[in-house]
Amino acid sequence: MIDTYRLRSPLAHLGLDARARAEADISGTGVIISERPQAGLINIRGDVSDARFVTAIEKSIKLSPPTVPNTVVGKPSTTRLMWLAPDEWMVITRPSGAERALKALQKNLKIADLHSSVTDTTEARTCIRVSGPRAREVISKGCSIDLHPSAFGPGQCAQTVVSRVGVMLAQTANSKTHQPTYELYPLRSFATYLWNWLEDASAEYGVKVE
Amino acid sequence: MFLIPCPWCGEREESEFSYGHEAHIVRPEDPEKLSDAEWANYLFMRTNPKGPHLERWVHTAGCRRWFNVARNTHTNEILAVYLMGEKPPKNLAKEPVKGAKS
Ligand SMILES: [Zn+2]
Repeated sequence: MIDTYRLRSPLAHLGLDARARAEADISGTGVIISERPQAGLINIRGDVSDARFVTAIEKSIKLSPPTVPNTVVGKPSTTRLMWLAPDEWMVITRPSGAERALKALQKNLKIADLHSSVTDTTEARTCIRVSGPRAREVISKGCSIDLHPSAFGPGQCAQTVVSRVGVMLAQTANSKTHQPTYELYPLRSFATYLWNWLEDASAEYGVKVE
Repeated sequence: MFLIPCPWCGEREESEFSYGHEAHIVRPEDPEKLSDAEWANYLFMRTNPKGPHLERWVHTAGCRRWFNVARNTHTNEILAVYLMGEKPPKNLAKEPVKGAKS
């Protein structure tokens, strides 16, 4: 009998679900960290000055690739498209939306017959979310990007290092508290180190797992 | 530690970049026709100035693009940043630092 393939979080061994249940009361906590359900991460490359490339992407995921460096378009609740380089973007889907987006992109770019690539990198990275009133201070301890909301707000992203770990970093404002919420996407083999570093860096503000 | 203005991402810390050595060194068209001394000259000999130096950098931790930097090796002042394939700016000592493309 063949075992069915099951996606496993790189942080599964930390027992975060049990901790989240035990730490359900997050009032007064400075920092709240959580691992997000595995989002679809699809890397696309191509020539953005070619209208056929843009049209194929729009047709597939209803978003145009942003041309302003380090910006992201779309809604976290549905699909986002993140600038990675002048000819490279990352599609971030909901956990359930990866396969459909991948198939649509492959199909439409193939029809367009372009020099382009679509690569499913979903399981290369996990997403750690850092929120709470002291979230910015914590990430700033290990990151040289100016994270002040006036310089790094919702809609902006960066590829940078946090405590020497390469991450894709995005900011999404919490709709209830209006406080910045940061998403860090490290490669999965760095996830445990980054998680432990974040917990340690957050300790002085009070940290809970969500 | 100093800041390097990536042509795409803007100013980032030097540790996000990797150094790619002197720029504008053209590979000989017919390496087999060169003497050992000429080949060694191409491979190993660099200008190594104290002052303005044209060099390549790659934004390793960011957009992973290569670009050219004119840097004063004595002061680490970045004199100019320009794209691959572009010619170096003239009068480097007076050249202002170019910012990132917005
Ligand atoms: Zn860059």
